Amino acid sequence: MSPVLAGVLQFLALMVALALAYRPLGDYMAGVYSSPKHLRVEKWIYRAVGANPATEMRWPAYLRGVLGFSLVSVLFLYLLQRVQGSLPGSLGFASIDPDQAFNTAASFVSNTNWQSYYGEQAMGHVVQTGGLAVQNFLSAAVGMAVAVALVRGFARTRTGELGNFWADLVRGTVRILLPIALVGAVLLVACGAIQNFAGIHEVGRFMGGSQQWNGGAVASQEAIKELGTNGGGYFNANSAHPFENPNGLSNLLEIFLILLIPLSLTRTFGRMVGSVRQGYAILATMTVIWVVFTGLMMWTEFHHGAPAYDIAGGALEGKETRFGIGASSIFSVATTLTSTGAVNSFLSSYTGFGGGIAMLGMQLGEIAPGGVGSGLYGILVMAVIAVFLAGLMVGRTPEYLGKKIGTRQIKFAACYILITPALVLCFTAVAMALPTPVNSLTNSGAHGFSEILYAYTSGANNNGSAFAGLNADTQWFNTSIGVAMLLGRFLPMVFVLALAGSLAEQKPVPATAGTLRTDKPLFSGLLVGTIMIVAGLTYFPALALGPLAEGLAS
Amino acid sequence: MTRPTNLDKAAKSSGSKSPETPTLAPHSDVPTRHQPDGRVGGGLFDPKQLVKSLPDAIRKLDPRVMVKSPVMFVVEIGSVFTTVLAITKPGEWFGWAIAGWLWLTTIFANLAEAVAEGRGKAQADTLRKAKTDSVARRLTGSAEERVAGTALRIGDLVVCEAGDVIPGDGDVVEGVASVDESAITGESAPVIRESGGDRSAVTGGTKVLSDRIVVKITTKPGETFIDRMIALVEGAARQKTPNEIALNILLASLTIVFLLAVVTLQPFAIYAGAQQSMIVLTALLVCLIPTTIGALLSAIGIAGMDRLVQRNVLAMSGRAVEAAGDVSTLLLDKTGTITLGNRQAAEFVPVKGVMEAELADAAQLSSLADETPEGRSIVVLAKEKYGLRERHQGELAHAEWIVFTAQTRMSGVDVDARKIRKGATGSVSNWVTERGGQVAADADTTASEISQAGGTPLLVAVEDERGARVLGVIHLKDVVKEGMRERFGELRRMGIKTVMITGDNPLTARAIAQEAGVDDFLAEATPEDKMALIRREQAGGKLVAMTGDGTNDAPALAQADVGVAMNTGTSAAKEAGNMVDLDSNPTKLIEIVEIGKQLLITRGALTTFSIANDVAKYFAIIPAMFAVVYPGLDTLNIMRLSSPESAILSAVVFNALIIIALVPLALRGVRYRPMSADRMLRRNLGVYGLGGLIAPFAGIKAIDLLISLIPGIG
Repeated sequence: MSPVLAGVLQFLALMVALALAYRPLGDYMAGVYSSPKHLRVEKWIYRAVGANPATEMRWPAYLRGVLGFSLVSVLFLYLLQRVQGSLPGSLGFASIDPDQAFNTAASFVSNTNWQSYYGEQAMGHVVQTGGLAVQNFLSAAVGMAVAVALVRGFARTRTGELGNFWADLVRGTVRILLPIALVGAVLLVACGAIQNFAGIHEVGRFMGGSQQWNGGAVASQEAIKELGTNGGGYFNANSAHPFENPNGLSNLLEIFLILLIPLSLTRTFGRMVGSVRQGYAILATMTVIWVVFTGLMMWTEFHHGAPAYDIAGGALEGKETRFGIGASSIFSVATTLTSTGAVNSFLSSYTGFGGGIAMLGMQLGEIAPGGVGSGLYGILVMAVIAVFLAGLMVGRTPEYLGKKIGTRQIKFAACYILITPALVLCFTAVAMALPTPVNSLTNSGAHGFSEILYAYTSGANNNGSAFAGLNADTQWFNTSIGVAMLLGRFLPMVFVLALAGSLAEQKPVPATAGTLRTDKPLFSGLLVGTIMIVAGLTYFPALALGPLAEGLAS
Repeated sequence: MTRPTNLDKAAKSSGSKSPETPTLAPHSDVPTRHQPDGRVGGGLFDPKQLVKSLPDAIRKLDPRVMVKSPVMFVVEIGSVFTTVLAITKPGEWFGWAIAGWLWLTTIFANLAEAVAEGRGKAQADTLRKAKTDSVARRLTGSAEERVAGTALRIGDLVVCEAGDVIPGDGDVVEGVASVDESAITGESAPVIRESGGDRSAVTGGTKVLSDRIVVKITTKPGETFIDRMIALVEGAARQKTPNEIALNILLASLTIVFLLAVVTLQPFAIYAGAQQSMIVLTALLVCLIPTTIGALLSAIGIAGMDRLVQRNVLAMSGRAVEAAGDVSTLLLDKTGTITLGNRQAAEFVPVKGVMEAELADAAQLSSLADETPEGRSIVVLAKEKYGLRERHQGELAHAEWIVFTAQTRMSGVDVDARKIRKGATGSVSNWVTERGGQVAADADTTASEISQAGGTPLLVAVEDERGARVLGVIHLKDVVKEGMRERFGELRRMGIKTVMITGDNPLTARAIAQEAGVDDFLAEATPEDKMALIRREQAGGKLVAMTGDGTNDAPALAQADVGVAMNTGTSAAKEAGNMVDLDSNPTKLIEIVEIGKQLLITRGALTTFSIANDVAKYFAIIPAMFAVVYPGLDTLNIMRLSSPESAILSAVVFNALIIIALVPLALRGVRYRPMSADRMLRRNLGVYGLGGLIAPFAGIKAIDLLISLIPGIG
């Protein structure tokens, strides 16, 4: 079987698996967020944190919950790293420096999982499992909670109430993430991923030094790393490491886990707003972008042109031979179109266009299908913009799902789409203008520029993948990317929740023949166009100086 | 498409007036626009107006004015900036060319607004002529004093006699007079204004032609109807509508995003070794921000209001016009809107043994003395259907005419011994039985059949040598205006529900509703019923439009989202509604809805067009900026533009010219036809989305070809 065919077949198998899971999981999640019942374990948690899960929250209260909880999480994770040196079970690793500890705390709480450290050389079992893995669950559950709050904003009428943050957070963790992650972990172990608390082993000598391995609760962390679109690897090599991702089957399983919840949430959305077709339209938009990006990525990576490519059958540099070009391309697109940022191959070694596709995937705002929760609320905000722009063309003031898109709604949506480009472009520009950050580059020219552009794109969009090549463990990068991650995560949430609140207050506008149908292919196409033009065009000049210049040079 | 392009027709009909003397459309012009297929047309646009409005456009360069449109304000700053740069390097043509075209971009935007306003100004001037400083004869007790019209206060009583100009808006509290209201309505025929009832409102600036009335002033000077009208058509009172504000916010945020994209580009460019001149960066910025829609946005709004004024409708706020586009329920009065004003004879049904022609002849004779519209319609039917020549009362000798009165409810004629009567069933039956005759059984059945079908039966009877007997029944029915059914069908496809309001009983109402094709009806409607209906629809989130003229309509007019008061109505009604129709034509509601929709569509179409344009501009400018350092980027120069300078300049020139090119569209509005939202979106996305993607590629290439012909360039 040719590698191209193998890649295509794997992609098709992935689609079939996701399609099979779509309805049951989507419906199940809708039930989780709508059910009035509490599990016993959930009641214990509520009692422990002193939350009343029955209180309905208006958007400011919901936002206070999100921000307060996340702030506590950042502080906890920061302190845990700062005292690692005195904790048992830390494999003898020292405490993390303040700037790196801040960066890592911001990174894991914002669901980014940018790593400026080497897992196997810096983080012991306690921080990995007790700190980072916990945030893998909780940051994902926060994202889903905010998405559900926005969906309730569309679904509810004449109320400002968006549900209860604590209930959404706990339910998302207990009823959705934990069970699926458990199954995922078991399957990964079956594939050969490790799960232990072993210490450091010296396994041989290599290039004059000692080669050491350490164990860890890898499979369990790997499962939630993908499922929660986190992406922070136990080891520095991330999903390219055989302990994390042993073979082709585990690779496919990981991609499945990455895409599972973000895609199925469109079903949850459809269920909760009372029309699964609305969910299908969003799903179709996501799928079109995902399929096209994957196709382009495979094409550019398999494309022969240079002698080295001819011999290898494509751009194989930086990719694992056990996955091949096809599976690596599928993984890279899935990880950058979601907020995952796990990597099973090294993007810096991709072709110029390949690196550009990964970057553009994040720059679109990570909405196809995006991070758990964040993908759904991101694409719904884009849908609001699309409805506003094109909706006028049917001769009515725009409405989406029976809600008027008026001044307030546009104000919030406009702020939302402003934030990430502003963060990415401003931080990149400052980094390029300052004398020192450029010293972190290992390449010059367009590729060197791509390294920095990629870093801030990844940070502000909460992706977390690295282009590789950039030495990001400097005070400047640790601090600036840390700030970009926090602002890129929580500022948009402010506007999403404000939007949700303003929508929930409205009375519904009944649909008539004069209403723009948002559950039709035409709307999906329109949404794709809006995303590409409104979100994508902003980055065109920057992309031209990075990946485009590189890709067109050959 | 089988429908003729009525838009052009309508545009021509108003364009036939000389642009130098724009007046409010005279009434005589109006009916042509009320044809069922008379779609919303645009206003006149004459390139000469561009020249005329130039001074205004330049005056608007004042930054305090410009700042209201954030997009164009950025362009103005860019113009100043590039001019300063060009002055510092006076030898380089490129800087001057960019600076010049950026100024033109700004001026073109102002020009669009100035042209739109200019058309309103001309109308305002006409109105001002009517608003001469009148002298009022104020009553204090029984004494009369002469005061300036501007000194009047609410509640003052003023006397107006033949030849006086009414000094302010008010209600007639005493007397009856004929008033010339042509100053505001364009209708030359005088109207009657009298105290009490629904015709008591008078407007300041109109002229009393006969008799004497006492008017109670209801508005302050400076806030009268005519003042508001002037402010409205001039655009002075124009406030941004909610949707316009929302669009402005989005455009501002896109401008900020592109500003960031351009400002941050310089460090990237320096790193790449291709530092850009500030002129090029400014040019890129202006090309990327949505200038097309930014430039035309206010012109679209003004032109929308203007289109209403051209149809003799005054909207008190732009919000109402926008709401009109969103209306999903139309409340239409039956009489005058759906049906012709009066019932008309539709059929003669003879009883057994009588010829139809004989009945027709008797019906015609008996109706000659009936001057009511119903009576006239019988004569007309007899002529049209049975070829009976209309006879005049003088033609018949010895004829004694019995005139129709509301008491007898009969009319007729006695010619020698032959007596013919026509009238209400009860009256005629009595007449027959009084004369010893019998009402034929089948006459009774026919009459009740007609009643059940919603019609009105009239009996025709005769008394001659054979005694008194009924000849047959005349079927009077409401005549639904031609084309209404199709029009309601269109409204339905647009998602608008029509509800007929009538005082008729449910039976009659149902029959007419069915014939006219309305979706629903409200029979035996009282003002309270109307109000309840509006509330019910609104509770479901629907926007409701209605027309009304009486004082008892006022609450419903106020409650409706779009309340169109008839100008003939009371001042209470006019105050309560948010639009006034000077022609007092209730059918216009449909046109108002269409104008509201057209306004929104135009806005959306030009926004989409403007944003889609950016793709081509990137393909022109990015290779021009960076192909020097990254030759591979020249692949993006798919238009094969001749030189970097020419490429950038072409994009800037296209960006400026497209504004002027789209001014007529902004003023006239995008072509609008009633169709479902899906079809409309598909069509407009194709034209303005896809068109916006493709057009600039062709435009920029063409401009580049021209520029490269200039010696020393390219």
